[in-house]
Amino acid sequence: MPDNKQNSLQVASPEKEAATFEPRIVAFFCTWCTYLAADLAGTSRFKYAPNVRVVRVMCSGRVDPQFVLDAFAHGADGVLIGGCHPGDCHYQEGNYKALRRYRLLSRMLQSLGIEEQRFRLEWISASEADHLRSAVNDMVENVRALGPLHLQPSEEMFPEEVAV
Amino acid sequence: MPERKNGDHSSARIGVYVCHCGTNIAATVDVNVLSEYAATLPGVVVARNYKYVCSTPGQELIKRDIHDHSLNRVVVAACSPCLHEKTFRNVTAEGGLNPYFFQMVNVREQDSWVHTDKKAATAKGKDLLRAAVRRVALHKPLERKRVSINPNVLIVGGGIAGIHAALTLANAGKHVYLVEHDATIGGHMAMFDKTFPTLDCAACILTPKMTTVKSHPNITLWTYSEVAQVDGYVGNYRVTVKRKPRYVIEGACVGCMECIDACVYKQAKVPDEFNMCLGKRKPIYIPFPQAVPQVVVIDPESCIEFKSGKCKKTCVEACGDRNAIDFKQQESVETIEVGTIILATGFHTFDAKRIPYYGYGTYPNVYTALEVERLVNAAGPTGGEVVLRDGHKPATVAIVHCVGSRDENTNRHCSRVCCMYSLKLAHLIKEKTEAEVFNFYIDMRTPGKGFEEFYNRVAEEGTHFVRGRVADIFPNPGDDGRLLVCAEDTLMSAVVKIPVDMVVLATGLEPQPDAQEVRRRFHISCSTEGFFLERHPKLAPVSTFTDGVFLAGCCQGPKDIPDTVAQAGAAAAEALALIDIGYVEQEPYTAHVLEEVCSGCKTCVPLCPYQAISFVENKNKAEINEVLCKGCGTCVASCPSGSIEQNLFDDEEIFAEIEGLLAYA
Repeated sequence: MPDNKQNSLQVASPEKEAATFEPRIVAFFCTWCTYLAADLAGTSRFKYAPNVRVVRVMCSGRVDPQFVLDAFAHGADGVLIGGCHPGDCHYQEGNYKALRRYRLLSRMLQSLGIEEQRFRLEWISASEADHLRSAVNDMVENVRALGPLHLQPSEEMFPEEVAV
Repeated sequence: MPERKNGDHSSARIGVYVCHCGTNIAATVDVNVLSEYAATLPGVVVARNYKYVCSTPGQELIKRDIHDHSLNRVVVAACSPCLHEKTFRNVTAEGGLNPYFFQMVNVREQDSWVHTDKKAATAKGKDLLRAAVRRVALHKPLERKRVSINPNVLIVGGGIAGIHAALTLANAGKHVYLVEHDATIGGHMAMFDKTFPTLDCAACILTPKMTTVKSHPNITLWTYSEVAQVDGYVGNYRVTVKRKPRYVIEGACVGCMECIDACVYKQAKVPDEFNMCLGKRKPIYIPFPQAVPQVVVIDPESCIEFKSGKCKKTCVEACGDRNAIDFKQQESVETIEVGTIILATGFHTFDAKRIPYYGYGTYPNVYTALEVERLVNAAGPTGGEVVLRDGHKPATVAIVHCVGSRDENTNRHCSRVCCMYSLKLAHLIKEKTEAEVFNFYIDMRTPGKGFEEFYNRVAEEGTHFVRGRVADIFPNPGDDGRLLVCAEDTLMSAVVKIPVDMVVLATGLEPQPDAQEVRRRFHISCSTEGFFLERHPKLAPVSTFTDGVFLAGCCQGPKDIPDTVAQAGAAAAEALALIDIGYVEQEPYTAHVLEEVCSGCKTCVPLCPYQAISFVENKNKAEINEVLCKGCGTCVASCPSGSIEQNLFDDEEIFAEIEGLLAYA
């Protein structure tokens, strides 16, 4: 198994360039709404793209921006956060905190060259299996259209600073 | 940010169990590939696949392996953790390990059931498994906390569900607070005349239970009241109840109703809500003769004293020494402490005006079923006579099924009770008027004890059945005052147009209009149609995702009276089970501050919705009260110095999971 433990940014590998590009998407779903919607999609046998890997957290408010950065750094082509609808948070307002962080982080990621469509926040309640399916499929298609994520090595991004 | 600790796999001895779940998983995910792959992962000592890991032999297998291979961590790739995480934590504990040295991989609900490509599903399973193996190595031993349960119960809604649950709990010796929004308990059932299929008189079977509620020493009944706020957690809820002013002092009113006779309005002029506005009441009134409590109410909207302040107040005179009338009564607020809550807030009938081509509200002789229910009732506005608005008996009646049910434009769900209550109304109308009755139905749904027999009986009585959805209702050309009901009879493949005197719309059941507000107040979820969501549709039908909050009756979905009573009994039993054991074990997912790392920046303090974080001035550190902490982890994510840890969802555990997911196989 290749060693992936270093926190170095992953450089695009030739395999990923293949025409058969399958986006790798890491999702952070809250336990009470979106994770349950994903379970409901299963019991309803809704079919959706197999590109998403879910990390369950208690609340979308638990999603530390570093989790998102870590996912991108380790080769994710997209990151999806799923939480309860505004006003519905099991912990009252954790989803609002998630929204604030999402807005800031989204801007930061764009300035790093990570396209907007690669980072998405969705409000999906426990009964919205259909929404989950369409959100996942939509995101997979968007990211597929963008192609693999190429994170530029820092010397390319900031040549002057690095040269100094 | 402090240096992240790398996962220590050297001491981990992990057992991995991949479940076939019959063919549920094995048909789409290659379980052999998964277990063989798991065996190659660092720290994995045993990796097996098994037909049903949750079965007794499956559980024994894990326990034996823990012993034989000195395992210290267990990973099961099977169904959703929502289903069997507890089961396998118990197995892990029975094997002699800390129950939290376990991680579940969801390869059924979130893999085999949602994908068709076996290769892709297996690859996903491998990623999820690798993440779990990396994560579980970092799990720390945790202990569940015990919280004591307050034995008092709050029941919201005083229909048959709330009444039955309240009596069950009160008879078991528990104190119940029954909060009802209306001025009386009884709910929809009190409005019904007869109940299907036995044709029991609804009042005869309901009102004795209502009076028992009022007189029961263990029940505090608050009518005309609403729950305003709910704080706390299972076993220890703190609830604020708003009691609306009824302008009559409940303890002083004896229900003699002399004030009603004495009202300056000699004739009742206000539409009577209990009779679906087909009758009239006075501004001071009692909703119906058997109302509980037997306490009058003043409607400030129509009372002259409230409108002008110049009434002679003959009601006050009639009340005399009892002095029960108090025009200055204010809303009061009560705060109670309860351990469990049962929601029995019922349903709302579909507003037939939403389907304009059925003419409800336009043509006076189009009625809703609930209105006809009041017409056939001896205590109703017509004294039990089924008559049209002009006083004539109808000679032909059409009953239109599925109004606001099974309809793409309104509600997709079946309201379950309409077929049966339509048959009941057909029988009662025929009995009272000898009218020809036509039932327009999509499908007859009569699944219940004695239901099909009742259907046959009504059919034998000569009620007509037309299989087809009614397309239009309009005045019969020729101006004979009748209505023409148009439908396609799908059994005859012909369009039928039947002139009738009366149309009864079998309106469906919908969630209460304030269901969304109510569920937010109680921190529960709704299903797509807007009914309250149960924890599991089969195995936890009266529980919710909020511990200690249970559901009974139509607030969870349309159902008939026997099912409602059964569910109310089940909800009461669930509450009793918690109360009787006296404590509840809480998941240990709380957060704590690493004092030596905390910089005292106070970022976390205002983020906590439960005020669990305080700032200790003399130490210049934040501190988390683990009793108040509910484990959302919002503070953990916000801490700039990484000094807050969350049990089982700690940074290093989640990083291990993310990196495990993305590590190429």
